Amino acid sequence: MTPAPDRLLAMYAGMLRVRLFEERVRELFAGGRIPGFLHTSVGQEAVAVGVCAALRPDDYVLSTHRGHGHLVAKGGSLRGLMAELYGKANGICHGKGGTMHIADASVGYLGANGVLAAGCVLAPGVGLSIKHRRSGQVVVAFFGDGAANRGPFHEGVNLAALWKLPVIFVCENNRWASTSAHALSTAGGSIAARAAGYGIPGESIDGNDVLAVWDAVTQAAARGRRGDGPSLVEAHTIRWVGHFEGDPQAYRSKEEVAAGRRTDPVARLERLLRDAKVLDDAHAQRVRDGIVAEIDDAVAHAEASPLPEPHEALTDLFASYPWRD
Amino acid sequence: MDFGDALNKALREEMRRDPRVFCIGEDIVLGVPFGVTKGLCEEFGPERVLNAPISEAAIVGSAMGAAMTGLVPVVDMHFADFVTCAMDEVANQIAKSRYMFGGQIDCPITLRMPYGIGRSGGGHHSNSVEAWFVNIPGLKLCIPSTPADAYGLLTTAIRDPDPVLVFEHRGLYRVTGEVGDAETLVPLGSADVKRPGRDVTVIATARMVHESLAAARRLAEDGIEVEVVDPRSLVPLDRATLADSVRRTHRVVIAEEGPMRGSTGAWLAWVIMEECFDDLDAPIARVAGPNVPIPFSPPLEAFATPKAEDVEAAVRQVVK
Repeated sequence: MTPAPDRLLAMYAGMLRVRLFEERVRELFAGGRIPGFLHTSVGQEAVAVGVCAALRPDDYVLSTHRGHGHLVAKGGSLRGLMAELYGKANGICHGKGGTMHIADASVGYLGANGVLAAGCVLAPGVGLSIKHRRSGQVVVAFFGDGAANRGPFHEGVNLAALWKLPVIFVCENNRWASTSAHALSTAGGSIAARAAGYGIPGESIDGNDVLAVWDAVTQAAARGRRGDGPSLVEAHTIRWVGHFEGDPQAYRSKEEVAAGRRTDPVARLERLLRDAKVLDDAHAQRVRDGIVAEIDDAVAHAEASPLPEPHEALTDLFASYPWRD
Repeated sequence: MDFGDALNKALREEMRRDPRVFCIGEDIVLGVPFGVTKGLCEEFGPERVLNAPISEAAIVGSAMGAAMTGLVPVVDMHFADFVTCAMDEVANQIAKSRYMFGGQIDCPITLRMPYGIGRSGGGHHSNSVEAWFVNIPGLKLCIPSTPADAYGLLTTAIRDPDPVLVFEHRGLYRVTGEVGDAETLVPLGSADVKRPGRDVTVIATARMVHESLAAARRLAEDGIEVEVVDPRSLVPLDRATLADSVRRTHRVVIAEEGPMRGSTGAWLAWVIMEECFDDLDAPIARVAGPNVPIPFSPPLEAFATPKAEDVEAAVRQVVK
């Protein structure tokens, strides 16, 4: 199954938006504009965009510590996201979350997460409420290959499978659990194969091919909406950058990143669109200029936004105030 | 009505009132082991009384996922000790979601925490775990001692838009008392004077309220009038009622079941010092468990269990 040309163009623009956003964020971090522990998803854009392109706007996403791309792909406001990364008062989370703990409920993005596999146990509950409302939505739980070795992954998949909940577990296998190689941390090798133990479909795909991701998640979403239960998709990809910004990456060879660049998911779709005469130089430039303008606007907004008043550290804990311990 | 039935009544009424309310936990269809959820599945069906696999992280985590997207879960922790298997979900996820997300997301979860010492439960089924959660901002904590309070606090907890942990001492489930027919809610942050007295204030929670009342009856025979104050919720805390009592009696004993070190009672002692240090005529005395895991053998368990005689001794010490 191949999506229509306008959808392919949207995926191309989506991946380029994630790529350019993350690259800008890296520069801003290096320049001291953004505080915190930053994990970017450069190189992994096809997973974020392929998944979100297969979803409805009202579907939910649970993300990870490497989550900016998921939120951008889900349609989150670049202004709100950038201001949050800056720790500004008008960030989506008023500066209380920051890079690893952002949510944007307006687009169904139920939170990045600083704890690996945390979303795998939240997802069945989102599935329960979808089932209760009979809304036909689905929820995606993103997690990494490292997270697949935590208990909550297994508990969450078991529960979702047992109760046939509309959950799609999407593993972004970028080969590295922080600095530990996949082969040295994951028994059995395949995460997709673990699905069989829970009696659900598990598919291993090329996560640098946005169409393969889109296709797998389209099928998984249809299955979830039919009431047939969860699916697991293992998308193999390569992160071009360190685990965190500033990671010297002594644990891997330069060749791995070079291989990643050769399978660049953005360039790959661009070639396909050019070959199909859907995209030419002028069009590609317009797309890029538009995205750069959006990012420039988000940065200008974040730069101009105020920092939170320090005493705001005491708000948002509970639904109502005044509060005294 | 007994304490367990009062909790059952609260669950049943809230599930009738609000179709978003559902229960999730291990063995809850049969209501094993304490009977609190007995009969709910017959009335509300298996879609609202979810018998979960033994997957504490998935039970608590999925309760949060459901709460974030419009449902109102009530989790039965089976034994509160097992919350360690879902500690990330409680401490990192549930407690922080509203705050970290800048108030965007409601998290109306109730965690029912059957806890406490007794009947040789041993080290993994007997702990008083409430102090762990006092140290986690973002959670509300209540701890009833009577059937009426159990009913009123659980009802309030379910209706609260934030996560609330209800600590149910398993030694109290068969304690009986009046529970009115009318809906009598107990607000969070509302302490209750369980016995008035002019000489010493005993601040006690859950089972220790009953031990303190027994001590107060004995002490009254010697002319010592003890006021027993039950905070009923630890977060938020009704500082005013505690301080008002201490300002009248000038002497304080704080009684709890968990270990002495780094505990709820240690925190309450600090609150009393902060609120009314100048009113104290004696150092604050504390009754708590020893700093050991709960042992199995009956004489060892009995030794590790704070009792009325410990409260009595502490009161005699502060009136000396």
